[in-house]
Order: sequence, then structure tokens, then C-alpha cells
Amino acid sequence: MKTLYKIKKGLDLKLEGMAQPPQNGGSVNGLPLAETYALRPADFTGVVVRLLVREGDMVKAGDALFCDKATGMVKFASPVSGKVAAIVRGERRKILRVEIEADKTQGSKAFSVKAIADYSRDEMVNLLCEAGLFAFVRQRPYDVIACPTDAPKGIFVSAFSKMPLAADFNVVATGQEEDFKNGLRALARISKVHLGISPEQINSPLLPVSEVSVNVFDGPNPSGNVGVHINHADPVNKGETVWTIGAEAVIMIGRLLRTGQADFTRIIAVGGSEAVKPCYVKTPVGTPLKAVFAAGVKQGGHVRIVNGNPLVGQKSSLDDYLGAFSTEVCALPEGDDVVEPFGWIAPRLNDFSTSYTYFSRLFGGDRAYRLDCRIKGGERRMIMSGEYDRVFPMDIYAGHLVKAIITGDIDRQEALGIYEVAPEDFAVAEFVDSSKLELQRIVREGLDILRKENS
Amino acid sequence: MIKTIFDKLRPHFEEKGKLHAFYSVFEGMETFMLVPSTTSRTGVSIHDAIDSKRIMSFVVIALLPALLFGMYNIGYQNALAAGMVEQTSFWAMFFYGFLLVLPKIVVSYLVGLGIEFAVAQWKKEEIQEGYLVTGILIPMIVPVDCPLWMLALAVAFSVILCKEIFGGTGMNIFNPALCARAFLFFSYPTSMSGEKVWLAKEQVCSLGYNLPEATTMATPLGEAAAGTNISYSLSDMVLGFVPGSIGETSVVAIAIGALLLMYTRIASWKTIVSVFVGGAIVALLFNFFGPADNAVAGMSCWEHFAAGGFCFGAVFMATDPVTSARTEQGKYIYGLLIGMLAILIRVLNPGFPEGMMLAILFMNMFAPLIDYFFVQHNINKRLARGKQTAKK
Repeated sequence: MKTLYKIKKGLDLKLEGMAQPPQNGGSVNGLPLAETYALRPADFTGVVVRLLVREGDMVKAGDALFCDKATGMVKFASPVSGKVAAIVRGERRKILRVEIEADKTQGSKAFSVKAIADYSRDEMVNLLCEAGLFAFVRQRPYDVIACPTDAPKGIFVSAFSKMPLAADFNVVATGQEEDFKNGLRALARISKVHLGISPEQINSPLLPVSEVSVNVFDGPNPSGNVGVHINHADPVNKGETVWTIGAEAVIMIGRLLRTGQADFTRIIAVGGSEAVKPCYVKTPVGTPLKAVFAAGVKQGGHVRIVNGNPLVGQKSSLDDYLGAFSTEVCALPEGDDVVEPFGWIAPRLNDFSTSYTYFSRLFGGDRAYRLDCRIKGGERRMIMSGEYDRVFPMDIYAGHLVKAIITGDIDRQEALGIYEVAPEDFAVAEFVDSSKLELQRIVREGLDILRKENS
Repeated sequence: MIKTIFDKLRPHFEEKGKLHAFYSVFEGMETFMLVPSTTSRTGVSIHDAIDSKRIMSFVVIALLPALLFGMYNIGYQNALAAGMVEQTSFWAMFFYGFLLVLPKIVVSYLVGLGIEFAVAQWKKEEIQEGYLVTGILIPMIVPVDCPLWMLALAVAFSVILCKEIFGGTGMNIFNPALCARAFLFFSYPTSMSGEKVWLAKEQVCSLGYNLPEATTMATPLGEAAAGTNISYSLSDMVLGFVPGSIGETSVVAIAIGALLLMYTRIASWKTIVSVFVGGAIVALLFNFFGPADNAVAGMSCWEHFAAGGFCFGAVFMATDPVTSARTEQGKYIYGLLIGMLAILIRVLNPGFPEGMMLAILFMNMFAPLIDYFFVQHNINKRLARGKQTAKK
């Protein structure tokens, strides 16, 4: 039994440089082994980590590099086998990343696994924690890494993303459908699993999985956001917790239960207008981005590398490493060298806007845009009303909530539903905002403060 | 080219530069001429090309038809009073009005932007473009006879006391342009209403005609309030060939602006439509149940719409996103009440022939309350949901 949710609010944005799936049903190429890989604690939002290795230690893929300080249960595992080459620290000795020099021959830690149906809830949680896979489970409220001792009322998985340049999960899952289904079955041992799919996926080989409840979401971006799914299917109330996990991590869980080995390879989309060859590649978490952009980026002009998609991803560089939650990376024109006189009144036919003061709505049609990273305006107070609501498909007054966060009014934030949101849900609103407020940063900071107050 | 000039000048305006006191002006001019090349640091990497500068510019563009017609109408009314309409060319009438309006616009921008620049410099913020719109609105809602010093005073009052003390554009409670008008209306009532102020009576650059000081000309609403029948035809009122504040007379010119604003979604059609619906309801009620001796109560709703500042207020004032209701459903109620109150004031208060200004200012005050009910509904729903699941 599938429930269909029609989503009207939102915005689909088409950018140049969509990653091309492999031709003629071929499989995605794996990248050659790079020299060093790195895991960045900052990717795992909300976790204070304790190091478990020292420089020079030898580790296998799946061996824990660090764990969370609070419970010590959640392990963060090395994506490859090799030598801990460096522990890079920043200000106040904060750990920025743990670098692993990869062995020529890769080995990974073995776990004893049994049939999924034989696992109890706690056994399954422990297995995921030990194998470094629980690190990919996040929770609402606060959008931080989940605590394994919590009892969530549900686990939400989204099998699609409508973000610009996002990896198409159907491409990613090709050939791994059984692992995906088994991953879902494994999660169903822990709590009720809600899988959100797009209408095109109803008859795809990702289904059926009788253990999970399936919801179909039909609508523009951000209809693929798990936050939207939660808000429609089973909203979070104060005092409740739900867990969310990326579909690509669900495949890893299925793989672990099939092979008994920790394997952090995933298929990611490499795209953007400045990527020479937009394509899909297969590579472990923590791969250097220089290796991910093997075909290189276009020369001439300044290029920004984004770890993630253009709306949610972090600003990064080729010297950085693939983020733990990045399912795509992209190269965009930075735009800091563009000189554009009188832009506020120019027709700007090549620029995208949702505003009808531009003609792109009239003539743009279905074209893909090449957008640079300029803000294209100064930051202002919230002037226009209804801008966020048009692209915020949740039963929440987005503008009022953001104002409550800015003013630090915690009671009002709670009342307006801050427990149901994550920064990524505000990404499209941040894109269209004419006041150019950094909504995702504002929401992140608000959630952090709230979490501190409530702890 | 422009960029090299700005790059050359920048050191003078930066910290320790000689002209640092004018940094906000420099930055304002630079972002006016060139799109700032700052790129995003956190959050989304790409942005929509819209910004508040463009939004404000489009409001100004939408105001132009009404403004240009207002200029022409000043010349027309002057020629009409002199009995010389036949002999005066279109351009002579237009330039006469242009020469009378231009100083008002210049004064309004000089004073208003001067204060804004100073505040931006003081608070170390970017200049906000909200005053671009306010600065052109204010000259359009005063009578042509309004002296420049009065205008300057009103602008200073509204920018400082109605906007900046609340924190600038986006934070104000009342519409700044209407505050300026209200300030003038209550401080200098004889210069803002009555029968003497709607006519330009002196030649400018040998354009127009000198008229005797005693020449008067009543607005349609003024006539109705005085208990006489309106002497202007409905077509004149719709086209705008009647005396009134500079920008408010022509329904046609305002309608062009309204179409632009509604198409670009800068102004909410919900607000505009509901203002008219509200006005029509109350006007009809007065038609049927109003006192027989009250001429305004007998006006039909289209006469109400065509007279005075009803259309102008509905399109350009009530829709100000900052001071109007922010929830989508709230906009219906907000607009409805503005229309109803405006007609109510027109009919029942003989002291104020025009009710639009007070109706909008009054509803500005209540917009947060309207929003409160809709937001609170959402909050209550969430609370109820929480309680229900807690029971299970």
C-alpha cells in the first residue's frame, strides 16, 4: 500500500553539466586507488569525537578511527586500509581530518553476520555502530548524528533527490538493488521504516520490500528531502525522535550483511558546468577530490568545487576530500571575476530567476543554466513576504520560523516547528530569497543553540 | 571601465582613507553601477538573480505612468482654470507640471537618501534601497501646492521616526510614505486639504498661467464631503483629469502600474483585489442603508474607486510587503479591512474627505494581529498533534 503525496510548492532548477550515466547499461567505473584518503569529523554534525588511532597506526577498512565522546558507541571507520598518515588539527586543536595512506592491496575488517531476521533491535544497532555505518544515521530534531540508545518512532529513507546536479539514485542503485532492499529490511529490525520514492520509481527494481511503508512524493525540489517526507507522513512532535539515513548508506548496510565486510564505496555524480566530463564514478568516502575530478575542471576563469550539490553542498577545493554525506560533487564558475554593470535593471537573459521581473520565465523554457556563485545582491532584512512559502512544502511558516531563530526566541521556535526541520530544507528558499539571508546557516545555528539549551 | 574607476577610488574610502566618512555612499554607488562580485561563503553556492534593488526599481517603474500623467494633469488643471486649454499644447502642459514636480522629487530624495546614507555609515551597513520607492511616493501623494520645506520636514520625520528607529527597511511598522503624508496632514491641514491647494497658480519658466490667488478647485471627494454633487464626469475621474494629489488622479495610469506589479508578483494581487472588494461592500451598504442627507454615502462604489487616493493606496501603499500582513490568507483580511475602513471614514467622518491614508495606517498597525491568528492556528495544530501522540 503506497500513499501518494502531491507536492506543489518548490522549484526545479536545471543546471549545465548533469552527470551522464554510463552508456548502454554499462556499469559505473571505479576510480583507481588514490594515495591518501581522509575522514573529516566535521561531516558528522553534532558529534564531539574521541580519537582511537595515532599517527603511524595500521588500519583496515572498517577499523574505527574515532568514536563519539558521549556514548563511545558510534564508531567512525576508516574507508580504506593503510597507515594513519596524519591527524590534521585546526584552531584549539580541533580535529579537521584523519588522513590514511592507502595500502596497495586493500583489506577490510570482517564482521560475523547472520540472517537479517535473526537480529534483535539491539544486535542490529550494535552491528551498525561497530561497522561504522551508524555514523550515517542522523536524527530529527536538530539534524545531528543519532544516538544509538534512543528509540526512534521511525526511520526515514529517501530514494530520490530533486536537487540540481544531484546523483540519480536509480543510476546509483543499478546492480545493487538487493543490497538496498536488505539494508531496508535490516533497518526495519530497529524501527518502522518509511521509504520515500518518486512516481517514476514505483515500478523500479528497488521495490517491493514488504517490511517498509512506502510513500510516493510527486512534486518539484525539495520533494526528495527526507524532511518533507517526515512532515507529510509522520511529523516530529516535541519529545519524539526520528532517524534518517541516506539511500546510499542503506546500500552499504545491505552489503555489510551480505559479505560481512565493511565497504564504504559509493557511486557519486560528478557534475557542474565547469567539470570537463560530467559522469558517475565509484569510490570510497574520503577520496581526494582531485582524484574524483579525474578528467579535470575547465581552465580559464575561477572555479568553485562544491562538496555536495550546489544548494546544500559545502564550498570546497580540489585539495579537499569527498565528504561523508556527499552523494555528488560539482564544479561551478566562482564568478568573482565577472564585471556586470547595472545588473539590477539589465535583462540578464542568461541568468535564472524565479522572479517575473526577469524574462527567463518567458523564454527560458526547459534550458539548463550556467550559474556562478555570486550572491548578486546585498543582504537585507526580510522584505518580501511569501517568497519562502512558495518553495517550502511543509506545514510550517518558514519566514516566521526564521525570524524566531534570528531573534533567539526558543519557545516560539518550538511552537513554529523547528524540531521538524533541517538546514537542507531551507536550501531552495535560500536560493530564491531576494534579501539574500543565509538561511541554512541561520537554521543550523538555531538548532545548535536549541540542542545546547535542551541538553 | 567602470570597474577600474571604482578600484582606483576605493582606497580613499576605505578605513583610514581621507573620505572614509562617505564609504556608504561609495559602496552604494558601486553596487548601483556594478553587480557586486562577492560570492557565497556558506549555504547555497548559487543564488537567484533577483535582489531587492531590482524589486524596488520595478516598483518605481510601475509608478512612472501615474507620475507622468500627474505632471501633465498639473498643467492641464492650470490651463483649465485659466480657460486656456484649447490654446495650450500638450508639451507645454506636461513641462509645466514637470518643472513643478521635479523639485519635489529632488528634495525628497536629497533629504531621505541623505539620512539613509548617514545612518548606513553610522551603523556600518550597506545602504538599503527601500527609500528609492518611498522617495518617489511621497511627492506623488501631496498636493501640487505643497511647499518644499514642508516636504523636506515630512520626509525627515518619516525616515527617522517611522523607519530608522525601528531598524530600517524591513523592520518598520507603518508605511513611511503614508507617515510623511499623515505628518503633513495633521501638522499643516490647510496646506493638505481644502479647495486652494490642488492648483498651481504661478508661471514657471514662462510656462503655465498666473492665476488669481483666490482661485479654488475642489476635488471630487471634497465636493461630495461638502454635500454638493460631484461636478466631474466619471470618465474624467477614471482618466484622471480632476484635481487631486499629484499621482493619485488617473485610474488608468495606476492600473498600468498595478498590472506590472501583479504580474511580477511584487505586489500581492490578494491584497489589491480584497481592498476593492472591501470598499465595494461598504459602499453598497451605505447606498442602501446610509443617511439620505449624506452625499458621500450616496456615491456608488465605482465613484468611490475613481475618486481620491483609493486606487493609488490599494495598489502602491496597501501592498507594501513590509507593513502588510505576511501570511497569504492574512492578506485577504488585511486588504478587505482597508477597503472597508477607507469608505467608512470617507462617509462618516466629515473632517477627512479622504479615508485611504488613515485606513492603511490603521491596518498597518493590525497586520501583525491578523498574522497572529493564522500563525497561531498552525501552532495550535502542532500542539494538538503532539498531545494526541503523547496519549497513544
